Amino acid sequence: MRELTFTEAAREGLAEEMERDPMVFVVGEGIGARGGNFATTVGLFERFGPERLRDTPIAERGFTGLCTGAAMAGARPVVDYMFFDFALDALGEIINQTSKIQYMSDGRLRMPIVLRGCVGIGSSAATHHSGSYYSLFAHIPGLRVVAPTTPRDAKGLLKTAIRSDDPVVFMEHRSMLALRGPVPDADADELIGFGEACVRRSGKDVTIVGIANGVTLALAASETLAGEGVEAEVIDPRSLAPLDIDTILGSVARTGRLLIVDEDYAPCGVGAEIAAQVADRGFNDLDAPIRRLNTRHAPIPYSPPLEQALIPTAPTIAQAVRDLLAE
Amino acid sequence: MIDTASSTRSVRATSEKLALYRQMLIVRRTEEQLARAHAQGLVHGACHTYVGEEAIAVGVCANLRADDTVFSTHRGHGHALAKGVPPRQLIAELLGRAGGCSHGRGGSMHVFSPEVGMLGTSGIVGPSLLMAAGVAYAFRLAKSDRVSVAFFGDGASNNGAFHEALNMASIWKLPVLFVCENNQYATEVPFVSVAGNADVGARGNAYGLPSVNLDGNDVEAVFDAARTAVEHARAGDGPTLLACTTYRTRAHSEGMRDAGYRTREEVEAWRARDPLKRLADSLEPNEVESVEREIQALVDDALEWAKSSPYPDPASVLDHVYDEAPHA
Repeated sequence: MRELTFTEAAREGLAEEMERDPMVFVVGEGIGARGGNFATTVGLFERFGPERLRDTPIAERGFTGLCTGAAMAGARPVVDYMFFDFALDALGEIINQTSKIQYMSDGRLRMPIVLRGCVGIGSSAATHHSGSYYSLFAHIPGLRVVAPTTPRDAKGLLKTAIRSDDPVVFMEHRSMLALRGPVPDADADELIGFGEACVRRSGKDVTIVGIANGVTLALAASETLAGEGVEAEVIDPRSLAPLDIDTILGSVARTGRLLIVDEDYAPCGVGAEIAAQVADRGFNDLDAPIRRLNTRHAPIPYSPPLEQALIPTAPTIAQAVRDLLAE
Repeated sequence: MIDTASSTRSVRATSEKLALYRQMLIVRRTEEQLARAHAQGLVHGACHTYVGEEAIAVGVCANLRADDTVFSTHRGHGHALAKGVPPRQLIAELLGRAGGCSHGRGGSMHVFSPEVGMLGTSGIVGPSLLMAAGVAYAFRLAKSDRVSVAFFGDGASNNGAFHEALNMASIWKLPVLFVCENNQYATEVPFVSVAGNADVGARGNAYGLPSVNLDGNDVEAVFDAARTAVEHARAGDGPTLLACTTYRTRAHSEGMRDAGYRTREEVEAWRARDPLKRLADSLEPNEVESVEREIQALVDDALEWAKSSPYPDPASVLDHVYDEAPHA
């Protein structure tokens, strides 16, 4: 199979969907001729023109509300926030309008909109360009929340998101954008469904659920642990709303131990939700308390040693597993 | 350029005037019916009436096709009725019944009837402008000549959504009408006390939109200005701002204390400028009486129909949160 980067794969998926459906259009700052800050739309302006690759004013609330209206009238907008932190200016629109229109119209209006942008800590981007917001959006009824971790998934999940009639929050972790990996040929038209977790590594001793780059870090930690005779199973939920809890429960039934790694904050987070559901439905399978490893509860600082002191890393994950096995 | 369109009112046939009067009367009598129903405890939630402002919704919507769309406000019953929601369905919605236009999901502030192009009243001030601009964007993308309308109040013209929507609609020449209903109070705060420049039309001009300041209690003036704006939008020439001055003569919301922010004399002075009374003066009294009887019967029937409509099935409470059945 050929290899593409995460960004190339997602862009190919976007282009295929724009080719397929003339009502798909993209808005964002610099996504036109420039091709996007993160190269999300390079080459597309020439193919699809300014009405479908629309450079916007810096008005996140405005163009999110505009795209919400467009989706009500049969268009399929893709809102490219560049950094997801910028979408916070549009929270009122997303939570009060985008997420609720289908319900309030009793299913007579659809909301086929994709809200995409980068999340995650790295490169000393500091607090306004580093946030992870999986939990914030997964809390809201009506929204789908997706966090791909491979080039193949980035493409397959983005294609599903664009074809979905639900609003989809599509979060792309910065540390993965340059990651290369196998992607099926374009004519495969592969769609990856929401709510289908993927077991990235099989193991019998402990289950690690990773969110976004938590998967990458957990896989690295698993190599270290394998050298110590510990076999970790690593699960990538891929979407957090809906959440494939059955795959996680099945794994915990075999290993008896669960660690959740999530760069978003712990309080009221996705990890807390997974822990609660496993405690509820898998209590008898647990041989130890459920553990979480998150970014510590503070804004994201600039200086590299401060940044590193805040976030989960492969060594802290390996240590958390050793502690869990000692329980 | 700011026009004062009331001076350019066109001559029209009596039948057209009567049609405008009839539609305004549907709004007026339905609102009075809802106010009584609210006082009787039949309306479960809030009820903001449109009494005194009828000329705007009616004057604008009389120029729209069935496949054109409107977004409305928390004071949105008039827009729903003028766009074609039957009084039965509107009243049933406020009574929380399955026969309501939102099937009991919404009440007064979430009136949806996509079948007639009514894309929602709203509990939040401002978003209607953005979403209307977005619908206009979709119309353009689909290469249709449909037109989108946002109704909003003076309060929204101080909100960022107004400024972002006007700017985007202007730069992309979207087929949308922005209709400001300046009833001079944002809830109970006088607009002039919170506006750096209280000339709403001038704000439209600032973003490069054709903008018209209007007497919002003159249905013929609103009708004529809206006709020009709709033709402009349909022809692909972009958005227009209609800034209509009007007044709400009932309390902000039914059952609320209506004192401490305006005088009785002020309310009376605006009652004398009632848009229905003004149009009726140019119609034959027997025609007015005949329409009066017809509409009173219509809204009496609507309330009885709404009261007999069942409540929604509680088993449907999770339906349509998502497009498909919710995942576990």
